[in-house]
Amino acid sequence: MTMMKKLLASAVASALMVGGAQAEISNKTVKIGYLADMSGTYRDLAGPNGLKALEMAVKDYGGTVNGSKIEVVSADDRNSPDTSSSTVRRWVENEDVDMVAGMVASSVSIAVSKILEENDRLGIISGSAASSITNEHCTPNHIHYVYDTYPLANGTASAVVKEGGKTWYMLTADYAFGHSLESDVRQVVEANGGEVIGAVRHPFPTQDFSSFILQAQASGADVVGLANAGADTTNAITTASEFGLTQSGQTLAALLLFLTDVHALGAETAQGIQLTTGWYWDMNDETREWSDRFMEETGVRPTMVHAGIYSSALHYLNSVAAAGSDDAQTVRKQMMDTPINDMFAKNGTIRVDGRMVHDMYLAEVKTPAESKSDWDLYKILRTIPADEAYRPLSESKCKLVNM
Amino acid sequence: MTMIFGVPLAVLSGQLLIGVINGAFYALLSLGLAVIFGLLKIINFAHGAMYMLGALVTVVLFDLMGVNYWVALFVAPLLVGAFGILIEYFLLRRIAGQDHIYSLLLTFGVALIIQGVLTNIYGVSGLRYSMPDLFKGGINLGFMFLPYYRAWVIVVALLVCFGTWFVIEKTKLGAYLRAGTEDSQLMQGFGINVPLLVSLTYGFGVMLAAFAGVLAAPIYSVTPVMGSNTLIVVFAVVVIGGMGSIGGAIITGILMGVIEGLTKTFYPPASSAVIFLVMVVVLMFRPNGLFGKEA
Repeated sequence: MTMMKKLLASAVASALMVGGAQAEISNKTVKIGYLADMSGTYRDLAGPNGLKALEMAVKDYGGTVNGSKIEVVSADDRNSPDTSSSTVRRWVENEDVDMVAGMVASSVSIAVSKILEENDRLGIISGSAASSITNEHCTPNHIHYVYDTYPLANGTASAVVKEGGKTWYMLTADYAFGHSLESDVRQVVEANGGEVIGAVRHPFPTQDFSSFILQAQASGADVVGLANAGADTTNAITTASEFGLTQSGQTLAALLLFLTDVHALGAETAQGIQLTTGWYWDMNDETREWSDRFMEETGVRPTMVHAGIYSSALHYLNSVAAAGSDDAQTVRKQMMDTPINDMFAKNGTIRVDGRMVHDMYLAEVKTPAESKSDWDLYKILRTIPADEAYRPLSESKCKLVNM
Repeated sequence: MTMIFGVPLAVLSGQLLIGVINGAFYALLSLGLAVIFGLLKIINFAHGAMYMLGALVTVVLFDLMGVNYWVALFVAPLLVGAFGILIEYFLLRRIAGQDHIYSLLLTFGVALIIQGVLTNIYGVSGLRYSMPDLFKGGINLGFMFLPYYRAWVIVVALLVCFGTWFVIEKTKLGAYLRAGTEDSQLMQGFGINVPLLVSLTYGFGVMLAAFAGVLAAPIYSVTPVMGSNTLIVVFAVVVIGGMGSIGGAIITGILMGVIEGLTKTFYPPASSAVIFLVMVVVLMFRPNGLFGKEA
């Protein structure tokens, strides 16, 4: 009887697999929805230029996949989970969107991935930071591609502690992202023999950091860690420089800093700051070649998010072609089975929890003397190998692990 | 070390000084709002956008023509003020005498348009503006490091505030202004060009905002959205001081800077809400604000 059951089960399974492989591309169209902050705080790091990167990928792929056309639609998420949810619901229910790309605010990504799960469509998240996206919030319907808070803390904080920055004072944005980054940093600092001696949680957003910088100075900590993002970080760095924080012997550690932020600050203000990044445009000929094309399109150098959107879209389209289907699970499996080797990542792999693991980099902002142009901003100090960078699956709370 | 509520005295003194500096800045911004509301009865929701324009024009003038900080301190407010006059002439004049809500909605719309267009051009990461060489560095006061630039901001902001109060409350020109808005027909009968006076007053209020913007350019990220958060705080300051009270705006501005600074020291998460809390309490007991005239 058991034998019979097993046979039956495997017959059904293989029938399903054959069915999967033969499944065609629905409506003869692969439709990609690009959802990102197009007008608010996170506009520059993803935004309209991320859409350009996505369109570049579609164009480079040739505009069709297995004879079916590729279509791109886009929307402003307004950094609101509500707005984003209704947009994505409309996309998947009425407009037959197969994959949603972009996605910046972590709250948006978490909300959207639930809708994608309900409707069995695919999401590739490139802009969000929260490591919980592939931890407690993981679903079989999304992939987190570029980076998350785990390597940010792991890379920058451990490097700074190892260089002698033993005591830390944290300036933390008072919302979910800041709290999670702060706690990741605390763990890393303590694991490396350092100590967090104080923290101040500032409202989001804050324009004037002078009061908080004074408190950080008075703490006497070796390192002032910035667990915030965007304009909060740039304002904090500017104020720290104005109040002579580094001249008085303290080090600044920015835990999340994008190329667009550093560009806004300029090498003079940002010099010497260490940061962790998933990619940098000036790493090798391949990255430079792609960045030059991106710059021709947009007038700016790409952030790691822009590069990730391009890379993930190409990987998606290749996988659709290889699987001969736009069915979410079939494509996701194909994406997981194929290592990623392009201008963004070497031997990148997508794990069962949806995390794309790849090498990360510890960088330092160049001095004005070292920087040859407006966008010549980073020195890559060290590669953080993929298996060191991300939270190991053994510590995962994702429901898909050990299923 | 002497401690006050668990905070060393030295740290507290530093925070108080920072509070006064930020307060002077709030005073300058709320002064423009108070002038515009007090004399023209226009609720100027474009004030934050004008502050942002002051900073942005400073950066752009430098990038395009190498115009330095000192020149920008005069030129940027004049340019933005002229733009304000255009808005008054082409838009606000058409709704003069209508309910306040119309001016609020109109100026809010104008602000959104300006902000949206500039965001498309300049992005949101912020534009770079170097501090003038003269102000680089600072002085160690013992209890804190005071950047020279912050010291300059407090001096110049207070001077401009006092000057404006003096002109409006103590001079003949100020008397014309106040009378012209009180009874424009009578003033016109005396041969005074009231519409021109209104245009110039709006332009002047806008100039004050733009001037604060120039002062802000070297110390904050200059972005098209920088005015929108500041605006709400400044409105609260004006409401607490008493809508339209020039002196009230100045005193309350400084006071709120200090209260906010102290909150940042003792309970930082409340620092963005504390001014609104004060506003609620003040309005409960004095509906016209601390220095508002009885309705």
